[in-house]
Amino acid sequence: MMDIVNTVSNWVLPLTLAAILVMGVTRKVPIYESFISGAKDGFSTSISLIPQLVAMLVAVTVFRSSGALNLLIGVLRPLLLHLHFAPELLPLALLRPISGSGSLALVTDLFKQFGPDSFIGRAASVMQGSTDTTLYVLTVYFGSVGIKQARYAVKVGLLSDLVSVIASVVVVHWLFHG
Amino acid sequence: MNWIWFILFISGVVVAAVTGRIEAVTQGVLDGAKDGVVVSFGLISIMTFWLGMMKIAEDAGLVRALARFVRPLAHWLYPSVPIEHEAMGSLIANMSANILGLGNAATPLGLKAMRDLQTLNADRTHASDAMCTLLAMNTASLTVIPATIIGLRMQYHAKAPADIVVSSIAATFIATLAAVILDRFFRRRDNKNHMSAYKS
Repeated sequence: MMDIVNTVSNWVLPLTLAAILVMGVTRKVPIYESFISGAKDGFSTSISLIPQLVAMLVAVTVFRSSGALNLLIGVLRPLLLHLHFAPELLPLALLRPISGSGSLALVTDLFKQFGPDSFIGRAASVMQGSTDTTLYVLTVYFGSVGIKQARYAVKVGLLSDLVSVIASVVVVHWLFHG
Repeated sequence: MNWIWFILFISGVVVAAVTGRIEAVTQGVLDGAKDGVVVSFGLISIMTFWLGMMKIAEDAGLVRALARFVRPLAHWLYPSVPIEHEAMGSLIANMSANILGLGNAATPLGLKAMRDLQTLNADRTHASDAMCTLLAMNTASLTVIPATIIGLRMQYHAKAPADIVVSSIAATFIATLAAVILDRFFRRRDNKNHMSAYKS
């Protein structure tokens, strides 16, 4: 199972890149110039993350290295283990819908502790990569047209985040560590 | 956000003080700040490359090419939007960009869809059914290739940084499906409640 998944995963990116290039050429796009003009934003996009990542990584690292994280996990451990949910993933699951840079900081911290190829590292990757930041999208989209009454939209967003968390853990467990 | 940051920080300081490891706070600040900068710089390589490729996809009109396949799905998802209305066009474009993982292109298209939906909206401060669906689709956002995460995995020496792609696609598909179902369910319930409220 794992071999097939690895093979497919490793093929998706190269095939996507090839498809984009072929599409571009057949549609007479000046692919090199297009690439350069898009790539220019890569530097600023990454660098613009620095303030948020420093802010959140400092808070997250203090929270963990002080022992506060272990205290929280310790309290909830019996319940989470009962639900077959790795307690170390709880902070990420809670922060994911609220802050994109905050959860990225948590993923970084988990990679540092457990490595990206551990179960926790992979589940965290999938959790971070498979949804968008619900509260951010809500603020930007509804804010842009002055909607004040969101009705059931928050509920739907947060419940599908819960589904995404569960799906990430189940899928990674099944594909890599089953 | 302010509160989350405050609580993480202060509870860390308090726990460190109580357990007599106050030096862990100073070390945490230094380590965290350094990691924030190192990680951001480490992402430059993959982001530069990825955004370049995405620009080619955009210029090749991939969004429009996909629109043809997305159209029937959009009609089903947004029954309250007239098929010929301008909003339908921007809804389809936003959905296509999301499927392609063109995050940078999807947001402006989504905001345009929001503005177009506002012209159909009876109460301008109250989200319409279609607006709630648009939101559900964008918070779940189908992502085919999570470039930032692949970049981060690369920095921490994953054996195959992209090996989570299939899992991500599966998880994002399940989450989007859930968003669609939940949106339908709560819409029906909400509208039913309103009906009975009008009657009484």
